[in-house]
Amino acid sequence: MTAKTSRAPLTHLERLEAESIHILREVVAECDHPVMLYSIGKDSSVMLHLAVKAFHPAAPPFPLLHVDTTWKFRAMYEFRDQAAKRAGMDLLVHVNRDGLAQGIGPVTHGSQVHTDVMKTQALKQALDRFGFDAAFGGARRDEEKSRAKERIFSFRSSAHRWDPKRQRPELWSLYNARKLKGESIRVFPLSNWTELDVWQYIHQQRIPVVPLYFAAQRPVVERDGLLLMVDDERLPLREGEHPASRRVRFRTLGCYPLTGAIESNAATVPEIIEEMLIARTSERQGRLIDLDPQASMEQKKQDGYF
Amino acid sequence: MPIPSSAARTDFDAYLEALGRKDLLRFITCGSVDDGKSTLIGRLLYESKMIYEDQLAALALDSKRVGTRGGELDFALLVDGLAAEREQGITIDVAYRFFSTERRKFIVADTPGHEQYTRNMVTGASTAELAVILVDARKGILTQTRRHSYVAALLGIRRAVLAVNKMDLVGYDPAVFAAIERDYRAFAARIGLGEVVAIPLSAVDGDNLVDRAASMPWYRGPTLLRHLEDVEIGGDDRAAPFRMPVQWVNRPHQDFRGFAGQIASGTVRAGDAVRVLPSGRDSRVARIVTGDGDRDEAIAGESVTLTLAHEVDVSRGDVLVACGAPLEVANQFEATVVWMHEEPLLQGRQYLLKIGARTVSATVAPVKYKVNVNTLDEVPAERLELNDIGVCELGFDQPVPFAPYAENRTLGAFILIDRLTSNTVGAGLLHFALRRSQNIHWQALDVDRRVRAAQKRQRGCVLWLTGLSGAGKSTIANLVDKRLVALGRHTYLLDGDNVRHGLNKDLGFTAQDRVENIRRVAEVARLMADAGLITLVSFISPFRSERRMARDLMPPGDFFEVYVDAPLAVAESRDPKGLYRKARRGELANFTGIDSPYEQPEAPEIVIDTTALSPAEAAERIVAHLEQAGVLAASPADRTP
Repeated sequence: MTAKTSRAPLTHLERLEAESIHILREVVAECDHPVMLYSIGKDSSVMLHLAVKAFHPAAPPFPLLHVDTTWKFRAMYEFRDQAAKRAGMDLLVHVNRDGLAQGIGPVTHGSQVHTDVMKTQALKQALDRFGFDAAFGGARRDEEKSRAKERIFSFRSSAHRWDPKRQRPELWSLYNARKLKGESIRVFPLSNWTELDVWQYIHQQRIPVVPLYFAAQRPVVERDGLLLMVDDERLPLREGEHPASRRVRFRTLGCYPLTGAIESNAATVPEIIEEMLIARTSERQGRLIDLDPQASMEQKKQDGYF
Repeated sequence: MPIPSSAARTDFDAYLEALGRKDLLRFITCGSVDDGKSTLIGRLLYESKMIYEDQLAALALDSKRVGTRGGELDFALLVDGLAAEREQGITIDVAYRFFSTERRKFIVADTPGHEQYTRNMVTGASTAELAVILVDARKGILTQTRRHSYVAALLGIRRAVLAVNKMDLVGYDPAVFAAIERDYRAFAARIGLGEVVAIPLSAVDGDNLVDRAASMPWYRGPTLLRHLEDVEIGGDDRAAPFRMPVQWVNRPHQDFRGFAGQIASGTVRAGDAVRVLPSGRDSRVARIVTGDGDRDEAIAGESVTLTLAHEVDVSRGDVLVACGAPLEVANQFEATVVWMHEEPLLQGRQYLLKIGARTVSATVAPVKYKVNVNTLDEVPAERLELNDIGVCELGFDQPVPFAPYAENRTLGAFILIDRLTSNTVGAGLLHFALRRSQNIHWQALDVDRRVRAAQKRQRGCVLWLTGLSGAGKSTIANLVDKRLVALGRHTYLLDGDNVRHGLNKDLGFTAQDRVENIRRVAEVARLMADAGLITLVSFISPFRSERRMARDLMPPGDFFEVYVDAPLAVAESRDPKGLYRKARRGELANFTGIDSPYEQPEAPEIVIDTTALSPAEAAERIVAHLEQAGVLAASPADRTP
C-alpha cells in the first residue's frame, strides 16, 4: 500500500490543475445554483477545460453564462457557441436590454459608462435573473494589484458588493461557501495562475482559443495610442482614419473598440510564449478600462464588476 | 539561460518543455512594518523580470508622487495594492504574488507584520512550505520576529530563511549578522523550526537578493533567490499511506459511480484495497479516472475520481484510506484554535466546523489555555478574542476520520464558521483524540420517541418562550401549562429561575455562562420532548445562536419559538422582581437589556405582543397554535388498532 512510486513530484502546472479542479468540485458540492461566467478569452478557455476535466465522465453540472455587451469581435461569438457545444453545456447569454435600448456603447459613451452599464450592471441583472448563488470567473491574481488580495471564494453582499476590508479568512484548501439568502460568492479557480502558466497549459493540453490571439494580417486604425481592429461597421471611422492592413494579434480580448491589438508575428502558441518571455508590456495594458484613475479596478470590483 | 528563438524550432520546443517541468514553491514573507518586506518582494519581482515596461512606468510615476525613496524607484509600491493601504502606508491583508525563474514558480503570501493581524499571517502560513522571516539588522530579533516564527512553526512550516535586511545601515558588519543569526537559531530550535538559513541582505540595493553582493564579501552562502530555487520542497507525502477525502460523488448515469477528491497523502493504484471511513467498509479501487483517461496510479496532490469494485455506501466527507493503514476516527479532540473574529469564541457555543470535505457541528469546551505569542507562555483563559491562539477541547456531533495536523495538514486542519452569519470565525489544528470519545457509544433504543408520544396521545415538542426579564414569559408559560393539563395533556415547565436554583446553580451571568445555561436547558428539554412531553421553556435566552442550537436539537416542526415581546421601557416599568432598578443602580452586572444585549428572534413561530394581549389571551393563542400544528391531535400510531 505504501510502495514507492516511480512518478516524479508534481510540476507547477499539475499542482495548479489539481487545485483548480478541487475548487470547481467544492463549489458544485456546496452551492445550490452555480454558473460559470464565460467571457470567451483564453482564461475562460482554460477554466472551461478544467471544468470538463473535473467532472469527467459527467458534463460539468452547471451552465455557462456570457454577459454580452454586444461589442465583442465577430470571431468571439462564433468561438463561444462552438465551445459550449464541445463541452456539452448549456450556454446562457444575457444582454442589458435597458442599456441597449438607450444605445449605450463604447464609441458613443466611452469606456467607463459602457463597462458599467453593459458589463457591471448586466452581470448583476443576469445573476439576479437566474438566481445563481455562485459564479465562477477566470480572473487571476497576477492581473492587477487589487486582485492580488482577493480570496478564491470571494463573498458578495446581496447588492453584489465586494468589501475588501471584510473578506473572510481563507486557509489551507478549506473554502467556506456558506452564505445567507441573497448573498452570493464569486469563485476564481485560476487565482494562482499567471499569464505564462495559462499559455503553457494551453500549449500542453492543446486547448482551442479564439484565433484573434494569433498574428494575422488585419485591418486596423491607430486611435488614442491603441491599434484598433476594424471588425465591421460598428466602429465608425473618424475623419482621416484609413484602415491599413497590419500583422497584429491580441493579448487580451475585451470589447473590440476598447481592446488594442499589438503588432506581432506570433502565429502559434509557442511563438506567443516566446514573445511573452521577452515582452515588455503587461497584459491588461491593451485594455482602456484600466487606464482610468488610480486603483480603478478596486473601485469597479466594489461596485460589483467581476 | 538565454531564451532560444523559435526560429531554432527544436531548441525552443525543448526549452518550453523544460519550462513545463518547473515545480512550485509557496512561501510566506513576514516581518515588521519597517523591515522592508514589500521592498524585498518588489525587488524579487523586478529582478526576476516579472515587471513589465508599462508597470515600471507607472511605478516611476508613483514613486515620485507617493514614494518614500525621494523620487527613486520605490519597489514597495509594486506590491502595496489597495488604496486604503496606500493611505496608511502599510499592508493590511494577505496578498499573493507570483514570480518564476526557469527552475521554479513561486507563490508568495505577503502578510502584514502588524500586531492585530495575526489572522492574516496564519492564513498566509497555512499554504506555505517555507517562511522568509525579515529582520532589520539594526534592531535584531524583536518580539514580532518571535511571534511570526512561532506562528509559522505552529502552522507546520519546517523551513525558514532568516533574511537580515538593511545591512547597509550597519556598515555591512559581519559581527552584527553573526550575532543575530546566533540569537535566532537558539529561538528557532525551541519552537521546532527545523531548518534555518540566514542571509544578509540590503533589499533597497538588491544586495544578495539575486546577485552576490560585493559589499559583503565575507558572506559565502547562497543569495536569497538561489536558495529559494534550490531548497528541497514537499515532505515525502507520496510515501505516506494513501488518504483521500471524498469531495463529490460523480454519478452521471446508472453504470458509473465515482468518488472525486484530491489525494491528501500517499499513492493509489488500481486494485489497491481501500477502506471507507468512518463507516469502515472495505473495497478495492477499480479504476482511477481522470479527464485525460484512466490511470494506473495517482499520487498525493492530484485531483482524481476513483471507482470501487463493490457497491459500498460512500458520500461527501467520507475519507478513502489504505486498508493496511487506516485513520483514527473520533469525536472529541485536543486542538489549537486561532480566533479570527471580533466577537469572541465562547465555551459551549456550537459552531460549524469544516474539516476536509466534511462539515460538522462542534462545541469548544473547555478552553485549556491561550498562548502569549510574544513570550510563548501558557495563560489560563475562558474565551478567545480576535487574534488569540488557544488550546481547547473540541466535541463534534459525529465521529470524524482525522490525522494529527503535524502528520497531515489536510486531515488535521479545520475552520470554524458562525452558524448565523456564516462567517469564518476561527481556524485550528487537531492534535489528538481524547480517549474518552472512543468509549462512548450510542445506545440503540427500541422504545423510541414516537412510541412514547403515542402512549400519551400527543406529540412531544418544545415550546421555547424568549423575551426580556419582566416581559411576562413565566406568567404566560404557567397559564399555557395549566390549560394543557386541563385538556389532559402531559407537560413540563422548565423555568429560568427555578433551573438556576438546581441544575445550573454553578453558573453566573457572563456571556459564557449564559451560553452554557441555555445549552443544558436545551438538552434537558430535548430529553423531555423525547419522553413525549410538551415541554415549556421560559428563559430570557438572549442570544440567537443558542436558541438556534436548541432548535437544531429537535426534529423539524417540533420546536416552537415564542417571542414574548415587550418593549424595554414596558418591561422595566413592570419590574416584578425589582431587578431593573438594581441593574440601573449598577448593583447587577450583565443584565439583559441594560448592559447585556438581547437579540430579537428573526423568525419565531409565535409572536406575543404583550402590550396588546393579556396573559390569558396570549396563552389561548399559543394553545390554539399547538392545536393547529397537530401537537395535540392523537398521533396516527394511536389510531391503528
